[in-house]
Amino acid sequence: MKKIINLTIDDQKIAVDEGTTILEAARKSGIKIPTLCYHDDLCIAGNCRICVVEQENMRTLPASCATPVAEGMVINTNSTKVRNARKFLVELLLSEHNADCTACVKNKHCELQTLAEQNHIREHTFIDLKDDKNYTIDKLSPAIIIDYSKCIRCQRCVRTCEEIQSISALSAAYKGKDMKITTFFEKPINTVVCSTCGQCVAHCPTGALTEHFYIDEVWDAINDPDKHVVVQTAPSVRVALGEEFGLKPGTIVTGKMVAALRRLGFDEVEDTDFTADLTVIEEGNELLRRLKAKLVDKDESVKLPMVTTCSPAWVKYCEHAFSDQLGHLSTCKSPMSMFGALSKTYYAEKFKIDPAKIVSIAIMPCIAKKFENNRPEMRASGYKDTDYVLTTRELAIMIKQAGIDFNSLKDSSFDSLMGVASGAGLIFGNSGGVMEAALRCAYMIVVGKDIPFEDLSITPLHGSEGEIVEMSVKFTGTKPEWSFLEGVTVNVAHANMLSNAYKIMDEIKNGTSKYHFVEIMSCPGGCIGGAGQPLPTNKAKRTARKEAIYTGEKMIEIRKSQDNPEIINIYDDYLGKPLEEKAHKLLHVPGFTPRKRY
Amino acid sequence: MNDGIKINRIDSIFKDYVDNKFDYLKKIMTMSNEEIIKNLTESGLKGRGGAGFPTGSKWKFAAEQSSDEKFVVCNADEGEPGTFKDKEILLKVPHKVLTGMTACSKVTGAKKGYIYLRWEYKFMKNDLQKSVDEFNEELEKMKIDFKIYIVLGAGAYVCGEESALFDSMEGMRGEPRNKPPFPTESGFMGKPTVINNVETFATSTMILSFGGVNYAKLGTDVSHGSKLFSISGDTAIPGIYELELGMTLHDFVEKFGDGDTKAVSVGGVSGALVPRKKFKDTIIGWEGVPTGGAMILFNSTRSIYRILHNYLEFFEEESCGQCTPCRIGCQQLKKGIEAVKKGEEDPSYLDTLASLSKVMNVSAKCGLGQSVMNPVLSAVNNFREELIY
Repeated sequence: MKKIINLTIDDQKIAVDEGTTILEAARKSGIKIPTLCYHDDLCIAGNCRICVVEQENMRTLPASCATPVAEGMVINTNSTKVRNARKFLVELLLSEHNADCTACVKNKHCELQTLAEQNHIREHTFIDLKDDKNYTIDKLSPAIIIDYSKCIRCQRCVRTCEEIQSISALSAAYKGKDMKITTFFEKPINTVVCSTCGQCVAHCPTGALTEHFYIDEVWDAINDPDKHVVVQTAPSVRVALGEEFGLKPGTIVTGKMVAALRRLGFDEVEDTDFTADLTVIEEGNELLRRLKAKLVDKDESVKLPMVTTCSPAWVKYCEHAFSDQLGHLSTCKSPMSMFGALSKTYYAEKFKIDPAKIVSIAIMPCIAKKFENNRPEMRASGYKDTDYVLTTRELAIMIKQAGIDFNSLKDSSFDSLMGVASGAGLIFGNSGGVMEAALRCAYMIVVGKDIPFEDLSITPLHGSEGEIVEMSVKFTGTKPEWSFLEGVTVNVAHANMLSNAYKIMDEIKNGTSKYHFVEIMSCPGGCIGGAGQPLPTNKAKRTARKEAIYTGEKMIEIRKSQDNPEIINIYDDYLGKPLEEKAHKLLHVPGFTPRKRY
Repeated sequence: MNDGIKINRIDSIFKDYVDNKFDYLKKIMTMSNEEIIKNLTESGLKGRGGAGFPTGSKWKFAAEQSSDEKFVVCNADEGEPGTFKDKEILLKVPHKVLTGMTACSKVTGAKKGYIYLRWEYKFMKNDLQKSVDEFNEELEKMKIDFKIYIVLGAGAYVCGEESALFDSMEGMRGEPRNKPPFPTESGFMGKPTVINNVETFATSTMILSFGGVNYAKLGTDVSHGSKLFSISGDTAIPGIYELELGMTLHDFVEKFGDGDTKAVSVGGVSGALVPRKKFKDTIIGWEGVPTGGAMILFNSTRSIYRILHNYLEFFEEESCGQCTPCRIGCQQLKKGIEAVKKGEEDPSYLDTLASLSKVMNVSAKCGLGQSVMNPVLSAVNNFREELIY
């Protein structure tokens, strides 16, 4: 039992657990203290000082986010002293900040702008410091753009990169007036260890960190009569897009999303969930092949555990941090890249369209996908497989640009050929989803029966955010060709956030890992918490999206990837057998790229 | 108590009362922990780095913490412009510092002690290391489970702030931490840590050797004992002096000034810049103007604008840069006085700057940003014309 502490905030008597901060105590009582460097996902920094409050009998104004409550404390969150300090602090930040708000992507979504409004800033009290700063913009990465003139040095990105991802691609450098947030040796972000996960973007309160926008390029393609524009949408976009239009987090807007895409002028609207199913088949078969090679053929060159590669930031991180362990990575492309390759081969052939004229667009919850589609490995079709990647937010911008009243759209459904998906494809949006889908598939292949979970829902895998979830599956009653797996217990695990990936990979590297199959997602909660999703990001929203994915799955009759008729079709008609020939050429990468650790 | 102190030179820190430098250690190790705390508390000793936390209480708090590991850290990051006393202590009587640290380890149960030596003092590291080695050897002989190490800083002023110092010692970027928790609860490596200034440890040794009550006889009710002053600037007799606390600035200037003193920076650049008209009313001590010992005298040939500008230039460089009021506030103060001087801003802008410094004083994360107000307010309130014309 924690000790109860009694205190007074703005004349309200409050009792909270020991260890609670003043900020948390105030929030519990409905008192809103403005914050800036504070973020629910991150550790306390206490550096912006916006949340200062007045404490009776204390000379200084403590930062409420960083100060634990104490017995008998009397706090005033709205005294003249506090208001004056806060106003000055906001004005100071503005004097260093490029406040060209109308030309900023964060216009109306910027936390500094909101603070300026709340604190009634109507003039520039202080001298403009921007000219002294030699601010630059780093636009070289296909995924992330850093506009240093908008950075307020709250270090949320620094904490995100360190705590959530264990990478520290961004850190504070220099001191005093020259203090800035930057990369290793101030190199462009595309040349350092950055995984491009973009969580820094999702946690940045201003427009300093943004995704690299490709909206104009996509409009150009749509408006070019010579081009045939195919679009795919990732599983987790449909449970988040509605937030951009005022809908509750977790609202499923699949039909409206498809309708909006048609209205925007895309020629064909297909579903990434379809290629998620395809990934399951390929990856499930790859796992079984590796198990056989290891257990039966005793082939030491085959690496176990096999680790999924759907999350592009994870792949890049692994190439940097564990470049000697790349043999553990599944060679399967991500669903997006499988789709990209197929859109300019299978799709082009079926509809007799010149692949040179096809522009393949992907709507993703992800920023790292903008790096992935630019990888040289992703050109199996002979063209750039996926031309442009847009985030959920960029799609929302386009819908607003086009003047579409999203909420009144009539539901539409995906086109066929690559538009049907099983529930297994949809749950890719959640951390653990790939694992669940793969187990359903593999169990059926090996045992010839459904994996024994009610409704095929492998609930032990529905772990919570930031957790390494483990599970063991024992194969009994195997088919003759898989008899080597009879009685074998396969250990699997899944984790989200690269800080957890590090823990798992460290064990693998040391040879102490007990797993056979591991799924890793870079972002908190998986793709539903991707950096391209509507902002601000927080656990409540991510949880609502996660629930929506599982609810959505329940509405889909087909639950296993191999039961998807379009999947059966594509193998019969085009690909042949999993892992072989065409499937191998189009759906797998030839290898990975070892990268430096700095 | 001794009222009406004029200028009273004391000779304790640099003087040896004993034949052998380990005599202090031997005597103190015969004392009980309670006796040590009692003597320190009775002495009224407050931290000599400038912040003035009662040393006896600090040691007691750390002693009361239960932890598998505790540390004693000696803050030898003597970075305040105008102070150079710790250097002299470490050069001349290092064993008194080491003895003080050992006394602290006895009380708190710490097994390791660190001297955080500022980068600029690396010239003395070899000599100091010799003294430390010799001392460690003696500790081993005496079967005292305590060992002292030297850690070199990297040249940042802010690392003199205790929690930034811990960050620096841990190999991180030196940035002040949020408090609470205070170091006695969570300091170096998150363990209970006593961190004291060099002079505080040396003084503790002296107090324990001749008794807390005797020490408290010096000074005033609020400011007990004597302390070292680093005296520089427009004076014919610069240097380090141990003086009884409680003198007025007037008496001080009478003794050390050149007859033309117009202002004294009491406590270095982060202290007040006291004008002549206030010399008589200003007591050097906790009841008046507290100081870490830096006393910089300025005569009438000096421009207060240039002095303040120099101070602000120092602060905008030496702020760690993490917190808004300090990082941007320092730049604005410097820019602001420049603009007023050039006539780009109205003289009344000085009042805005004064308000800004007051906001910094209450909202900055650590003592650095909080104390920038001291010279700014002194200059704006007392030398306004010099800042304008």
